[in-house]
Amino acid sequence: MATSPIIPRPRKDALGARVRVGSGATTRRVLIGAVLLVTALVLVAPLVAIFAEALRHGWGAYASSFAAPDTQYAIWLTLITALVVVPINIGFGIAAAWCIAKFSFPGRNLLVALVELPFSISPIIAGVAYLFVYGAQGLLGPFLEAHDIKIMFAVPGIMLASLFVTAPFVARELIPLMIAQGSEEEEAAVTLGAGGWRILRTVTLPNVRFALLYGAALCNARVMGEFGAVSIVSGNIRGQTNTLPLQIELLYQDNNAVAAFAVATLLTAVALVTLIAKAIIERLDRVREAAH
Amino acid sequence: MNRVVPGFGLSLGITLTYLSLIVLLPLGALVWQALGVGWERYLAILAGPRTATAFRITFATAALATAFNCVYGLALAWVLARYEFPGKRLLDALVDVPFALPTAVAGLALSALFVKNGWFGGPLASLGIEVAYTPLGIAIAMAFTSIPFVVRTVQPVLEDLHADVEEAAATLGASDARIFATVIFPAIFPAFLTGASLGFARSLGEFGAIIFIAGNLPGKTEVVSLLTFIRIEEYDYPAAAAIATTLLLTAFVMLFLVNMIQLWQQRRIGASGD
Repeated sequence: MATSPIIPRPRKDALGARVRVGSGATTRRVLIGAVLLVTALVLVAPLVAIFAEALRHGWGAYASSFAAPDTQYAIWLTLITALVVVPINIGFGIAAAWCIAKFSFPGRNLLVALVELPFSISPIIAGVAYLFVYGAQGLLGPFLEAHDIKIMFAVPGIMLASLFVTAPFVARELIPLMIAQGSEEEEAAVTLGAGGWRILRTVTLPNVRFALLYGAALCNARVMGEFGAVSIVSGNIRGQTNTLPLQIELLYQDNNAVAAFAVATLLTAVALVTLIAKAIIERLDRVREAAH
Repeated sequence: MNRVVPGFGLSLGITLTYLSLIVLLPLGALVWQALGVGWERYLAILAGPRTATAFRITFATAALATAFNCVYGLALAWVLARYEFPGKRLLDALVDVPFALPTAVAGLALSALFVKNGWFGGPLASLGIEVAYTPLGIAIAMAFTSIPFVVRTVQPVLEDLHADVEEAAATLGASDARIFATVIFPAIFPAFLTGASLGFARSLGEFGAIIFIAGNLPGKTEVVSLLTFIRIEEYDYPAAAAIATTLLLTAFVMLFLVNMIQLWQQRRIGASGD
């Protein structure tokens, strides 16, 4: 298109860059400064406070916080829960993303909404809902009692509630990416005679591996840190159904602040590792995009 | 319908079975329990002074938290989308801290900061502002846990905005503030509203972060999620069911609103022929 005399040329600054709203030096400095200041106060200070409080009485007190048998049990229970829940929700996420991204069918949008539903529901509601299924007064309560199966106020209840709360995490990362990637590669693999499982393993999953990894990391962080739902279904039995977040609350109520913060540093470390993994994955994605 | 790629029946079957067992069965049981309460008793539970006050406190503090995040979140999204500066990547990563950090840890950290001898609580107390064990503390806990919503919905829209319209307005002599108000803000408004609604919904149901800092006094600093928890501990299942289903209904209404906003946004984009 030839430059029309009616359409004015874009405004440019001394360096020839296009001038956009807010690009003035003062606006820029004030906005960046204000945002950095507020961020330091609301996002960085809490992180620093956790470590400062945990180390208030030195490394010795910090380290001995982990010697308590209840705390060690809580660490173990949290790890076991994550080991069960994360793989199940990876499997669900892949299945959900496969049917939603590769096919169109009536009710597809409804299914997407359903997959994301736990994300919008308060964990407290999730816990209460599970109690009304598996609790003594619940839907399956009489049946479970007759067969002497204990789900509520026991480890299976913790795992079920965690499955609910973290169900969308992997699916949410995979679905938009798999929709964007389309199905051409899979269709080509079919014409070459590959079966479904082989296509999944050798074509689809390698294409989405970063998103899958990040979804799993987020799912893991959330499982380990889930508090509301688990505090309802666990019954808070010391040394039996306390996961790490519940142990933090218990220690805090016992006025054992150093131990509460020490346990909190473990979960904070999990959160920080998750965020670092995200940053690395995003950088790898950018490198890959640039290479294409 | 894609008939070439295999696995439709299997993947849909797994998805539907799993969702039925893990999501729909419990939610169904909750509704079933609430229906058993009976309409009159249900309303009486909600109208009870302690419950009604808890709802009022929860909505008011969630509104305050959302107001904060509308301003801070918008500024944060703007700075991340428009400027290059040292530490930008780190700032971008920090935005997700509230999503990755367990709510109990967040609550613990915030209570340490805002108690009377804490880093923030001390200076604020000398100004006569009390945060810990007040509704303000609840709002701060809610604000913290919902920081990412406005940022992460607005940021991509800001990044995709074309420079042309802004430039056209600028060459016509419009000031930055005017261009922002008449060109940019309308473009990001649906995303902004979506983020604010999601953050508000999250705040309404927040539990872990709040209970450490709120003091949890009935009628003063007791939020709905905590009251639900207390009713369960008291084995008052009808009350717990009534409160939880009301909270669930509120979540559905928010979800519906968000979907309407997104539909409206898609239609607007479609209408502008983009």
